[in-house]
Amino acid sequence: MGRFVARRLLQMIPVFIGTTLLIFLMVYSLPGDPVKALFGSKAADPATVARLRHEYGLDKPLLQQYWDYITGLFQGDFGQSFTGRPVADLMAEAFPVTIRLALFAFAIEVVFGIGLGVLTGLRRGKFLDQAVLIFTLIVVSIPVFVLGNMAQFLIGVKWKLVTPTVQDSTDLSQLILPAVVLALLSLAYVTRLTRTTVAENLRADYIRTAVAKGLPRRRVVGVHLMRNSLIPVVTFLGTDLGMLMGGAIITEGIFNVPGVGNTLYHAVITSEGPTVVGVVTVLVLVYLVSSLVVDLLYAVLDPRIRYA
Amino acid sequence: MTTTTEKTANVPEQSGEKNAPLLEVRDLHVEFHTRDGVAKAVNGVNYSVSAGETLAVLGESGSGKSVTAQAIMGILDMPPGRIPKGEILFRGQDMLKMSADERRKIRGAKIAMIFQDALSSLNPVLSVGYQLGEMFRVHQGMSKKDAKAKAIELMDRVRIPAAKERVNDYPHQFSGGMRQRIMIAMALALEPDLIIADEPTTALDVTVQAQVMDLLAELQREFNMGLILITHDLGVVADVADKIAVMYAGRIVETAPVHELYKRPAHPYTRGLLDSIPRLDQKGQELFAIKGLPPNLLNIPAGCAFSPRCPKVQDICRTEVPALHDVAEQDGTAMPGRRSACHFWKETIHG
Repeated sequence: MGRFVARRLLQMIPVFIGTTLLIFLMVYSLPGDPVKALFGSKAADPATVARLRHEYGLDKPLLQQYWDYITGLFQGDFGQSFTGRPVADLMAEAFPVTIRLALFAFAIEVVFGIGLGVLTGLRRGKFLDQAVLIFTLIVVSIPVFVLGNMAQFLIGVKWKLVTPTVQDSTDLSQLILPAVVLALLSLAYVTRLTRTTVAENLRADYIRTAVAKGLPRRRVVGVHLMRNSLIPVVTFLGTDLGMLMGGAIITEGIFNVPGVGNTLYHAVITSEGPTVVGVVTVLVLVYLVSSLVVDLLYAVLDPRIRYA
Repeated sequence: MTTTTEKTANVPEQSGEKNAPLLEVRDLHVEFHTRDGVAKAVNGVNYSVSAGETLAVLGESGSGKSVTAQAIMGILDMPPGRIPKGEILFRGQDMLKMSADERRKIRGAKIAMIFQDALSSLNPVLSVGYQLGEMFRVHQGMSKKDAKAKAIELMDRVRIPAAKERVNDYPHQFSGGMRQRIMIAMALALEPDLIIADEPTTALDVTVQAQVMDLLAELQREFNMGLILITHDLGVVADVADKIAVMYAGRIVETAPVHELYKRPAHPYTRGLLDSIPRLDQKGQELFAIKGLPPNLLNIPAGCAFSPRCPKVQDICRTEVPALHDVAEQDGTAMPGRRSACHFWKETIHG
């Protein structure tokens, strides 16, 4: 197990360098000069432009810039955005908001997704099963911006049950609506995945054995069925948590949540290269770690899979 | 041990009659409601097992032998399964009339079952020690630690080497024979009165088959349990069974004490089965096979279900269902335990 973790951690290095390099090259080879853009419609003073270019290191060759960036990164320096603020500060503001929203959505997804999945898996073909299937089908097929705007309009604007946008991201009651919208799609997947594995495992021989042993039904379902059925669900949830942590550009945009997605969106729009690269670098790390955790969880849950 | 099992004894102690069989199946019918119609898997099965006795139920796949066993255990999938008629008496009490919870307490503790494929029948993500210990924890409320000690004891008992070291291993880490021993240990855990073994050796290779059967027979003698051995392997039956019931299309077509059946079958189907055993002294000859296929349970032939495949078929066989006749010697002396559901049993056995 230890060797597996070590190998996976070593594998992360080339992946990390590769992805950051790609992002860096792509962002900085975009047309348009970010320094000139700072002047807006005013005529740029060539001397000032040259000074700023030098300040941001933009006059050096691209690979040299990348090297400077990476070495800075290992000293905890994410560089400066063109507005003059350190990128690290920007992220320190955005990430807690996104993490709160992500965990909230994740909790909804886990509780309702697995709950509904188990219920429908155990009662296949019954009314509840049909109803949930139709519901998940609807959720999966409606794009999230339609869903988000509809929820915002109906619940926030028309019925005034919650504030239409998030004013204070530390107030969980304001995060309910965006969290639900964010969770719905994954919730539908989790429900369907759980339902399928539960229904499938319910017919497994070892469930028949568990019944033949005279175990009470809650133990047959709770211990024997769940342990097996949750293996694929947990792996899905692991990757999904990584995805939620990455921020949701559309949902955060609709509800005006000042999280990672929103920050990234604005950074892209205003060609804030350092911010884009910084955020994406952290996201790459989040993905790498979450996929490692999923792999390890898989081995913990299923003894047939052991890593040497 | 006796003190601990009493806790789960929800069934009244052996009632009045001393000779009453442990388990008696009376006129059991099981059908499955499928999209294509009603499949009649079991059509009026009667059999009984006493303590210390081994009943072998013999038949092809789809003859209803496993379904009968599942009905006894109460692990039939209902729906689509249904038991329209019949009684299953355990110590004189009809289990089909019991509440779900009463039946659950009998399962595992009083009647245990061994399944065919131990690899898929054991939970792959729980250690064998956990799965064995579960019997004690659920039925006797034992602590986790005591249950594990009991599990090691059981594994020793079914002769799994290094039981103490292997108690935390998972099913996939054991060989096929060892896994089947674990299944047996699990069935034996609470020293049940009756064990149903559903083709316990089919998934094993021949050398291991003998070991596992010997172990099962030995433990059965030791605990004086009743044993229902479901199989299609005539070789396995001869060694361990006391009596045999041959099933065909959901009915018992012949019952007999084990050696008499081999000597003189009283039903053409049994004869066909016996003739199908490959024999060394007939090397080079074509192997015998019963012609045709087992009947479709959705549409069982009228009259005797075996009539379309029977070499001795007469007109009456196609119209009239033969009753399970008592078989007697030519001079009329009764042959205890022998019955045959053939219109022409006399000709078959004597002739």
